[in-house]
Amino acid sequence: MADEALFLLLHSEMVAGLYRAAEQGEGENGRCTTKLESMGFRVGQGLIERFTKDTARFKDELDIMKFICKDFWTTVFKKQIDNLRTNHQGIYVLQDNKFRLLTQMSAGKQYLEHAPKYLAFTCGLIRGGLSNLGIKSIVTAEVSSMPACKYLKYSIISPL
Amino acid sequence: MSRSPGRKQENHKISRELFVLTYGALVAQLCKDYEKDEDVNAYLDRMGYSIGIRLIDDFLARSAVKKCRSYSETADMIAQVAFKMYLGVTPSVSCSSAMGNEFSLILDKNPLVDFVEELPAERASLCYCNLLCGVIRGALEMVQLAAEVTFLQDRLKGDAVTEIGITFLRKPEDRKHKRN
Repeated sequence: MADEALFLLLHSEMVAGLYRAAEQGEGENGRCTTKLESMGFRVGQGLIERFTKDTARFKDELDIMKFICKDFWTTVFKKQIDNLRTNHQGIYVLQDNKFRLLTQMSAGKQYLEHAPKYLAFTCGLIRGGLSNLGIKSIVTAEVSSMPACKYLKYSIISPL
Repeated sequence: MSRSPGRKQENHKISRELFVLTYGALVAQLCKDYEKDEDVNAYLDRMGYSIGIRLIDDFLARSAVKKCRSYSETADMIAQVAFKMYLGVTPSVSCSSAMGNEFSLILDKNPLVDFVEELPAERASLCYCNLLCGVIRGALEMVQLAAEVTFLQDRLKGDAVTEIGITFLRKPEDRKHKRN
């Protein structure tokens, strides 16, 4: 349980450090988000490997998304995803009403413009996890009111 | 999915692995961004410092330890309580100076390098765990103890064990004059 504090602090320092370095250096905001997302991707790949070592094979994509919402989210953020919606054609919306990485920041609209920075890593985490489970996807996030946030996952369907 | 009784242990292990993996990804990214090892080491130390100044609050809140009365008590506290709480390992403490203000923590198992086999050849002087030094330094500074923390030995560089050296900077006599 103490590990949570370590990860939260490390994550906020990573975001702060990268953006600080960008301000002093090239001044490109977009690259920081890409860097964070790619870090999350690598971590997600590794984590899902170790996590699903002993679990049964997943039946279909919905099963995988439910696994992400329940077990994966519980292990990483100590709670489940509050709401999962899908159109059964590859688009899933995961809603977390009290996202762990944002609860310490504000409860409402304050600092809303800074919230996306703190979601990039988690987007990568989800994308990396899915990628190692065989699903190529794009994951984006949106925040309308802290600390609730939504993750949208779009499948990449490759032409046959 | 069936739930085995060891699941909780596994989950605990996995959340620690999350931290270790994230740290690894961070160091990899820093190695891409900065060419010189010293830059990466300095960056990690600064990050560790910022984490340490906040972590101390979390530590004191969780452990509710009493005030340490000497440097050796402080070093023991760091090794036996703090390291155990956050990283799950207990380094051994040894005092390496007659004045009683230099200590070393010897780790034979460093969880941060669980997934690291060896440093790449072009990064020979990278202090992979430099974050730890910054964290200890920042945490000590918030409890009014100035200290210098460095890596004396590093298993990744070929030494037998990983050794962190803590040198407390203020003389012990000065503490008597501080107001409580």
